[in-house]
Amino acid sequence: MRILKFLLQKEFRQIFRNRAILALILVMPVMQLIILPLAADYEVKNINLSVVDHDHSPYSRQLVSKITASGYFRLQGYPASLKEAYHLIEQDKADLTLEIPRGFERELIRDGHQQLFIAVNAINGTKAGLGSAYLTRILRDYNEDIRMEWMTPTRFQPVSTIEVVPSNRFNPLLNYQFFMVPGILAILLTMVGGFLSALNIVKEKEIGTIEQINVTPIKKHHFILGKLIPFWVLGNVVFTVGLLVSWVIYGIFPQGSISAMYGFVGIYLLAVLGFGLLISTYTDTQQQAMFIMFFFMMIFILMGGLFTSIDSMPPWAKALSRLNPVSYLVEVMRMIVLKGSGWADVFPHLCAMLGFAVILNGWATLNYRKTN
Amino acid sequence: MVTTTNITKTYQKGTVKAVDNVSFSVEKGELFGLIGPDGAGKSSIFRMLTTLLLPDSGSATVAGHDIVTDYQRIRSKVGYMPGRFSLYPDLSIEENLHFFATVFNTTVKENYHLIEDIYVQIAPFGKRRAGKLSGGMKQKLALCCALIHKPTVLFLDEPTTGVDPVSRREFWEMLKRLRQQGITILVSTPYMDEASLCDRIALIQNGSILSIDSPQGIADAYPSSLYAVQANDLPRLIHVLPTYHPHMHSYLFGEYIHLDTRGMGGHDLPEELTRFLAAEGFGDIEVKPIAPTIEDCFINMLIRHDT
Repeated sequence: MRILKFLLQKEFRQIFRNRAILALILVMPVMQLIILPLAADYEVKNINLSVVDHDHSPYSRQLVSKITASGYFRLQGYPASLKEAYHLIEQDKADLTLEIPRGFERELIRDGHQQLFIAVNAINGTKAGLGSAYLTRILRDYNEDIRMEWMTPTRFQPVSTIEVVPSNRFNPLLNYQFFMVPGILAILLTMVGGFLSALNIVKEKEIGTIEQINVTPIKKHHFILGKLIPFWVLGNVVFTVGLLVSWVIYGIFPQGSISAMYGFVGIYLLAVLGFGLLISTYTDTQQQAMFIMFFFMMIFILMGGLFTSIDSMPPWAKALSRLNPVSYLVEVMRMIVLKGSGWADVFPHLCAMLGFAVILNGWATLNYRKTN
Repeated sequence: MVTTTNITKTYQKGTVKAVDNVSFSVEKGELFGLIGPDGAGKSSIFRMLTTLLLPDSGSATVAGHDIVTDYQRIRSKVGYMPGRFSLYPDLSIEENLHFFATVFNTTVKENYHLIEDIYVQIAPFGKRRAGKLSGGMKQKLALCCALIHKPTVLFLDEPTTGVDPVSRREFWEMLKRLRQQGITILVSTPYMDEASLCDRIALIQNGSILSIDSPQGIADAYPSSLYAVQANDLPRLIHVLPTYHPHMHSYLFGEYIHLDTRGMGGHDLPEELTRFLAAEGFGDIEVKPIAPTIEDCFINMLIRHDT
C-alpha cells in the first residue's frame, strides 16, 4: 500500500506538470460540448429548390409560397424548362426540382386531381430523403387546404381520412441537442480514458523508465493500479465538467439517478482504461499506440449509436456493437439524462460493463511482463 | 557474488546469437569490467543478470539467488543503471531520488552516506528537472538512484558512453570509492582504456568471452613482443610495413603503428626494420618496443581468433 501511495504521488506530479495535457483535459470537453451539438444537427435545412412553373396561376404561386414559407427550402430560381432545372442540379445549385404542369389550376378545379413532379439530387442520401419527405408533406397539407376550400361543407365527409397525431415522449420538442450532448459526453470520456492510459505507459517504454521500474521490487498490480487510478480520477473530473457544461449551456440536467450515472461511469472508465492498458502492452512506441487506438476509436464511435441508430444496423453489426463499450455508455447516458432511468434500469448494462472491465484489465495484467 | 554458467541468449527465434555460452564469476567487492565493442552482447548479459531478460539456456546467480526462479529477491538487492538515461525527465533530481528510494522501501536519509560524495555535486540543482541536466550530471543522478537502496551488486551498463573525458575520470573515481564500501560492481564499457581501472576484466566479442583476467594479467599474457613504429609518411608506412614480413600484423594506434612480431623472432628487429624503411625512402624512423595495452591484447585475440 505504501508503494502504491508513492506511485500515485509520482503519477499525479507528472500529470500536473504536463500543462499541455492538463489544459487539454479541461478545455477539450468544454470546447467540444459547446461546438459539436450546435453543428452536428440532424435537421436538414437550407435545401435548395428550383421550381419549373408551367402554369403561372394563382394556385401554383400559392403552392410555391407555402413551400418557401416552411423555412426548410431556399428558392433558387424559376427555370423555364425541366432541362434547365436539371442543369441547376448538375451544377449543384439546386437539390430539388418541383415541376408544376401546364393547366395545374384549371385541371385541379375541373378534375379534382393533378400530378406534380419532383426530381431530387440523391448524392447526399439524408438530405435527399428528408428534403423530398418535407416537400411531400407540404404538398399534402396544401392538398388538404384546397379540399377544405372546394368541398362544400357537408355533414358527412365524402372521403374518410385517418389523421395521426404523434406525441414525443422524453424529448417533446425533438431537440437534437438533448440527443447529442449526452452522446458526445460519452465519446469524450472514452477518448480521455483510452488515449491517456495507453500513451502514458507506452511513453515509459519509449523513454526507458520502465526498465528502471522493472528492476525494482514494485509488484505488477501496484504498477498497474498506479497507472489506472490517476486516469480514473481524471476521467471523473472530465465527466463532471462535461455535465456542468451541458447543464449551464444547454440546460440539460439528468432526469434520472445521478448516483447510477456515476456508478456506471466509474465502471466504464475502468473498462476503457483497461483497454488502453492492453494496447500499451502490445505496442512499443507512442505512435503505434496512437494509431491502434484511433483504429478502435473510429469503430467504437461510428458503431456506438451516437450518430446512427444501432437498431437500424444489419444484424451482424448489431451483434458486433454488443462488444463495443461505447454503445453501452451512449445508451445509458441517454437513458439516465433523458428518460430518467435509475439503478434498476441500467443494471444489465452495468453487469456487461463490469464484464468488460474484468476481462480487459485481466488480459492487460497477464500480458504486462516485467521480464522478456 | 555473481556467477554465470554457460548462459546463452538468442534473438529473432534463434537466428541471432547475442550471448554464446558465457561463464564467469565475480567475487564480493570486486570491480569487474565487461569490455567489448558495440554489439558484443554486454547489455544482454546485464539484462539477464538484472532479471529483465530470460536466458535461453545456462544458469546464473546474483547474490546467491537464481536469476530465473528467485528473480523477485534479486530485484531488491541489485542496482541497475541502463546504458540509456532512464529516469523521469519531468521529475526533479530530488523527486527522482526520493521516488526510487521509496519504491525500494527505504528513505534517502537512511542510505545517504552511500551517495553523499556523488550527490553533493548535483545537490545545488536539486530542483531542476532531470531531463534538463547535462550528460555528466544525468549519469551522477542515475548512479545515485541505482545506489539509494544500498544494493549488494551494482550493474552499470556503459555508464561512460557519451560522457566527456573529465566526467569519465570522475565517474571511475566514484566507482573505486564505492568498491571500498564493499559493493560488488559490474561495469561494461566499449572503451579499452577504462579496462585498466577494473580489478578484473572479461573481453567479449560476438557474444563469447575471449579472456578473463586482471588487466595486468591480460597484458602479461601477450604472446609476443610489440613494437611501435613511426616515420615521416604515416599513410604510406601503413602500406609498406606489411611487405616486410608475410606474418606481420600491423595496425594504426594513435600516431604510431603497432607491430606484432609473432612468428618473426629476432632481437635485432628494430635495427633491421629501420634499415628496411630507410631503404624504402622514409625519414625520421622510430622503432621502439612497448608494453601491450588492453586494446593491443584485444586486437591480438581477434586476429588469432580469425586465423
